[in-house]
Amino acid sequence: MNEFGDAFHTALVMIVSANPDLIEIVGLSLRVSLSAVVIAALLGMPLGAALAVFAFPGRRAVVVAINALMGLPPVVVGLTVYLMLSRGGPLGVLGLLFTPGAMIVAQVVLVLPIVAALTRQTVEDLWLEYREQLVSLGVTPRRAVRTMLWDGRITLLTAFLAGFGRASAEVGAVIIVGGNIDHLTRVMTTAIALETSKGDLALALALGLVLLAVSFAVNAAAQILRDMVVRAQG
Amino acid sequence: MLTAKRLLVVAGLLLGLILAGSGVSADDERSIIVASTTSTANSGLFDALLPRFTEETGIAVHIVAVGTGQAFRIAKAGDADVLLVHDEKAGEAFVAEGFGAERRRVMYNDFVIVGSAEDPAGLRGMHDAPAAIAKIAETKALFASRGDDSGTNRAELRLWQETGTDPKHASGAWYREAGSGMGATLNTASGLDAYALTDRGTWVSFGNKGNLEILVEGDKRLFNQYGIIVVNPDRFPHVKAADARRFMTWLTADEGQAAIAAYRVDGQQLFFPNYLAPGS
Repeated sequence: MNEFGDAFHTALVMIVSANPDLIEIVGLSLRVSLSAVVIAALLGMPLGAALAVFAFPGRRAVVVAINALMGLPPVVVGLTVYLMLSRGGPLGVLGLLFTPGAMIVAQVVLVLPIVAALTRQTVEDLWLEYREQLVSLGVTPRRAVRTMLWDGRITLLTAFLAGFGRASAEVGAVIIVGGNIDHLTRVMTTAIALETSKGDLALALALGLVLLAVSFAVNAAAQILRDMVVRAQG
Repeated sequence: MLTAKRLLVVAGLLLGLILAGSGVSADDERSIIVASTTSTANSGLFDALLPRFTEETGIAVHIVAVGTGQAFRIAKAGDADVLLVHDEKAGEAFVAEGFGAERRRVMYNDFVIVGSAEDPAGLRGMHDAPAAIAKIAETKALFASRGDDSGTNRAELRLWQETGTDPKHASGAWYREAGSGMGATLNTASGLDAYALTDRGTWVSFGNKGNLEILVEGDKRLFNQYGIIVVNPDRFPHVKAADARRFMTWLTADEGQAAIAAYRVDGQQLFFPNYLAPGS
């Protein structure tokens, strides 16, 4: 098993030499997954917070449903989005199939439940703590949602990162809706799948190491951001 | 509450983000989508051919590599402009049913049966493919099948038909259906020391051969013809018919055919152009 040694070596060479193909693939991975997480956060954070603050019939059922959807199999999401975006499907006229846009749509669907569920938990904890105070001050529930989201922003960064982890690591959805097209829709995970199927296990593993390094860099950046926010608050 | 206006703003923002994230709008380059087999993509042939075509014509070629069965389904939904597949009968039917505008032969190679060097069923040196796999069934030696309705899978099932044995009865026992592309199935065979049917192109460029080697080759029934089909614009008005036809013409003209013949891995020619060959 000298694959591990080869993989480390190959990964180092690719990173140090700034291999242009690798940069393109990493760039697309980041662009697709970060776009998906930003969209999912814009939709999912208000949704999660609203679920925590507003009481309405059937709320518990919605909460259970969103928690369950965190386990959506990527390949099922991929297939569903594929059928929607196919020329024969309801959104076929957009011509999005086999483009990065289609990959973003699929990842939004995957990430949205994670962001919404984690936000709901965070905001619910805060809401239990501050509810009486806010209500006595005459704050409307809508206003409270905004306050809670702002107050929980540091914890919510974790929800964002969990969503990013899910998006950047999955292969099942993006390979179906993106098609793993070279120089167009090939991302880290689909490149790893391709090299594995070519039997180039060392290169596949090396790409895996690079993916890990990218994920590490994103999380480190988030940690630095969090520290800066905390320090600014004194 | 959310007003209609605010909803519209949110929707617009999301669409903008999707388009910004995708970085490529539909019109800023000429491109066609080719649904193709995993065998041609895994062999590296496209990496050698496509840059030349794109440089000459300005048309980018986006390859979606899937099994032949799925390639036909993608094209029947109107999601591809060109098909490059094996399984001639299915290709002819595709055109006859009006999904394809025109089909041409492009090139051929052949299938080989690979297996471990120990060769428990004793196939080495055989040239009769159905007799060889019948021996695998007799000895219940492990066989890794694509099991994915690909062209290679269909060719394998035709061989089984000639033997009169239905291997599906032994599915999960000695007959292992990987349900994957050619390379993934070879990884399975390599891990299990199982027999497998593969096209020669994928085999030669495959990097994880392990203990496997070619045991059976040279049967006429192992002939593997690739064809190119332009998806019919009468059926799907949005397909890029002119650029698709340009690709077919290039691939079947002298230059494309010569480029296919010139492609080598480890000094070995993987595909043999035959558009102009007699009988095509």
